[in-house]
Amino acid sequence: MSETRFTRDHEWVHLDGGIATVGITVHAQEALGDLVFVELPAAGREVAAAEACAVVESVKAASDVYAPLAGKVTENNAALAENPALANQDAEGAGWFFRMVPADPAAFASLMDRAAYDAFVAESA
Amino acid sequence: MSENLLSTPLEALHRSLGARMVPFAGYAMPVQYPAGIIAEHNQTRQSAALFDVSHMGQAKLVGAGAAAALEALVPGDILGLKPFRQRYTLLTTASGTIIDDLMVACLPEALFLVVNASRKAVDFAHMAAHLPAGVTLAPMPDRALLALQGPKAAAVMARLAPEAAALAFMGVAETRVAGHACLVSRSGYTGEDGFEISVEADAAEGLARALLAEPEVGPAGLGARDSLRLEAGLCLWGNDIDETTNAIEAGLVWTIAKRRRAGWDFLGGAALRDILASGPARQRIGILPEGRAPARAGTEILANGTKVGTVTSGGFAPTLGAPVAMGYVESGHAEIGTSLALAVRGQLLPARVAAMPFVPHRYIR
Repeated sequence: MSETRFTRDHEWVHLDGGIATVGITVHAQEALGDLVFVELPAAGREVAAAEACAVVESVKAASDVYAPLAGKVTENNAALAENPALANQDAEGAGWFFRMVPADPAAFASLMDRAAYDAFVAESA
Repeated sequence: MSENLLSTPLEALHRSLGARMVPFAGYAMPVQYPAGIIAEHNQTRQSAALFDVSHMGQAKLVGAGAAAALEALVPGDILGLKPFRQRYTLLTTASGTIIDDLMVACLPEALFLVVNASRKAVDFAHMAAHLPAGVTLAPMPDRALLALQGPKAAAVMARLAPEAAALAFMGVAETRVAGHACLVSRSGYTGEDGFEISVEADAAEGLARALLAEPEVGPAGLGARDSLRLEAGLCLWGNDIDETTNAIEAGLVWTIAKRRRAGWDFLGGAALRDILASGPARQRIGILPEGRAPARAGTEILANGTKVGTVTSGGFAPTLGAPVAMGYVESGHAEIGTSLALAVRGQLLPARVAAMPFVPHRYIR
């Protein structure tokens, strides 16, 4: 099973084989503008759901990125740290932020699916 | 966008170009266009960009004795300003701190002033309260101001306004640009060669479209304006200078004209004379953080574990591909090359004091 879900903080989560890959949405990177710096959680870090665990900075300002689920970080994207613009160019692909093992895989289902997220974005515009 | 914001004469043009509008100093202003801040920044450094700075305050100071009257409020040599020349100066408080920074141009019939958008009401009230009989301040709210900036700005102006293209840095001309009557100065806020163009509001969109139609020119917003001026080491009122910072510690001692140091006969003159003699307690410095993390305004600056100052402007410098900042530190820590630490999100990031500008100015003198 592989599926992508979304948070109200404009993160996407791709769950595949028990590993969740997390990034910021296309909408989020558009709103932030040119990204120039990211700070990513280290592998091994335990995070709570909605905990601020990464930072993304545009030319203008810094923003927090929140853990979409509770769990343990297994890996972060060194290529993104080297070139934050990857999150502008390919937000839901090469611009991923970190990977984690969710403590409760069932919590994934409580996140928005793409249709619900698109409606959420349209509503808050 | 929120209620009660003022708009510039170019608002419709900004929206048609796809600008993202933000509130700034009471105006709806373009922070960026679809190209994005870094592309607009690079456009300015490499070719030419057009900025709408119509939110800034324009005014004329009229009457015999206008220059002497202004000299009572600023440290600059205004009586010595030749016709069609412009100068950067400061409105100072009695304690030598900075009410605003401004441009003053000498025209045959008046002094022409350009002040910051967020300060125009304060500046105009301050000047009006101090002017002698016979000298009048006449705000010019019905004029727009455009800035054409970049190494190819002069080539564009050569086609649209040859007289303006022939100006030297800080020269001023009353001339037509693409057929529109304008007041042009060779100046700007990016560190690049360029022009600031004052025009009647009704003609602003036609002029802007004519400039944008030139192949070298693209639109740029306030985001790029800020990163460009930061790279150029130029102060932003409200960040780097304000009524709590004096002209000496701000590194603006060069704005105190030699002749004015004979008498120190301007508001704040005695205070600045004393600070200059004893040395300022703190100084504005340039800062190069190591690593990639930007240090924003408000970041604490430490030396040997003790707070010695605060960042007043900081961000990413697209031309350098690295973060830069400016701020104030206690005077013992202001030497170029001094090691400092920046408290960013609970971590101490190493940094050092660096010369400004971070990117060399390319003015045409």
